[in-house]
Amino acid sequence: MINATESTPLDLKTPLGNEILSLHAGDLVTLSGSVYTARDEAHIRMKEDGIPFDPDGAVVYHCGPVVQNNRIVVAGPTTSARMNSLTGFILDAGVKGIIGKGGMSSVVREQLRGRAVYLAFTGGCANLAAARMDLEGVFYEDLGMAEAVWQIKLDHLPLVVAMDAHGGDLFAAVEQSAHEVFQRSYPTGTGTRR
Amino acid sequence: MSSPDNTILFDRIAAATAKAISIAEITLPPDVLGRIMAASREETSPVARRELMHILENIRLAEERQAPICQDTGIPVIYLTLPPHIPYTPAITEAVHRGIMDATEQIPLRPNLVDPISRHNTGTNTGLDMPAVHILPGEKLLVTVLPKGAGSENVSRLKMFTPTEKDRIPEFVVETALLAGGRPCPPIILGVGIGGTFDGAAALAKEALLKPIDQMTPQEDEICSRVNDLGIGPMGLGGKITCLGVKIKTAGCHTASLPVAVNIQCWAARRATVEVSLS
Repeated sequence: MINATESTPLDLKTPLGNEILSLHAGDLVTLSGSVYTARDEAHIRMKEDGIPFDPDGAVVYHCGPVVQNNRIVVAGPTTSARMNSLTGFILDAGVKGIIGKGGMSSVVREQLRGRAVYLAFTGGCANLAAARMDLEGVFYEDLGMAEAVWQIKLDHLPLVVAMDAHGGDLFAAVEQSAHEVFQRSYPTGTGTRR
Repeated sequence: MSSPDNTILFDRIAAATAKAISIAEITLPPDVLGRIMAASREETSPVARRELMHILENIRLAEERQAPICQDTGIPVIYLTLPPHIPYTPAITEAVHRGIMDATEQIPLRPNLVDPISRHNTGTNTGLDMPAVHILPGEKLLVTVLPKGAGSENVSRLKMFTPTEKDRIPEFVVETALLAGGRPCPPIILGVGIGGTFDGAAALAKEALLKPIDQMTPQEDEICSRVNDLGIGPMGLGGKITCLGVKIKTAGCHTASLPVAVNIQCWAARRATVEVSLS
């Protein structure tokens, strides 16, 4: 039974295994070990050419870091929603964790079911992340600093399980509630909302 | 500068621009920091509290490491005030761009500027008629920089209302925050431009983000409360504080128009002004 609280987050290590199936949306965790950054361009390249690292139990970090002299200067998360339609194939290949910010679509929520989790890291906290990182390597450097795949070793990066492997989704629950509040605040609105 | 040596002037403008960007990228303005600290005292849920704790720790680390607060160091918008005896020439804009290039290398900043279609990166955060430099008259030669990341910029909105729809402006602003959800890195700041023309409303919304957020009008405060009622919370993970502040800037508009723009700003509201010495 996993019981993560504010004071004692559960410590996870890569490569991830079936321990992630016991996690639930809202659990606080830390993550250590190698992860791989990937944004839009890297996902497109991986889909066409194959994944350049061992995807089994791997963790992909939605991030475009600032790197100088083989050192991570800053490396916070980017908006994960841009990768919504590019995520299925990496999960099929065995990726068990995605780190990002802002959450992902209901399609990805279903793709995570029974096999992977989405871990949210605080947007903008690029120094907090860099202070717990060591640069290990790089793939696709020709895509440029932001879009390349950087292999980075994490030391206890503090994360929250935002989408679990059972359909639990913190972002979706918050969004649903926000829409209800909005409807009550502006009941006659016919605006442009979805 | 009684007989201004232009080379010296341009060098000073470039240096002031680089300095302003460095200050903005590494240190958050006190009014923004104050609002984030207040938010961290108000939140009660473990997830929201931890998110704000990360933000405050990150701000401290940026200063300690002298590194940018966020890896999305943005694309800056530059506002330059020129005193009457300094006439505008294109070389002034070039000097600003040189300052941006220097800052990109020295701080360093992530090269973010690309061709919109080929996506080719210029590598210097300048080129292709960017970044925009707005020239205004002033008493002193001041360089103000507003570097802004894409996460919050991408969920900003503009709507051409009809004049009879003015009562629906607050709803549009709150709805913009609702649709943005966790994507713009809340807690957010909302810059609202009302009036002007289609392009002018967006410029007003951007300029509204230059105003300090420790003081709000009753109208701004009301919109801020309604956004916080949504419960989106820090990073969209749920919580009491979604919005740190709302600032509105207005201008006249066509009798048949009512343009409204909402420029969303992430919690890392980076802005700084540096004076260029003319003596």
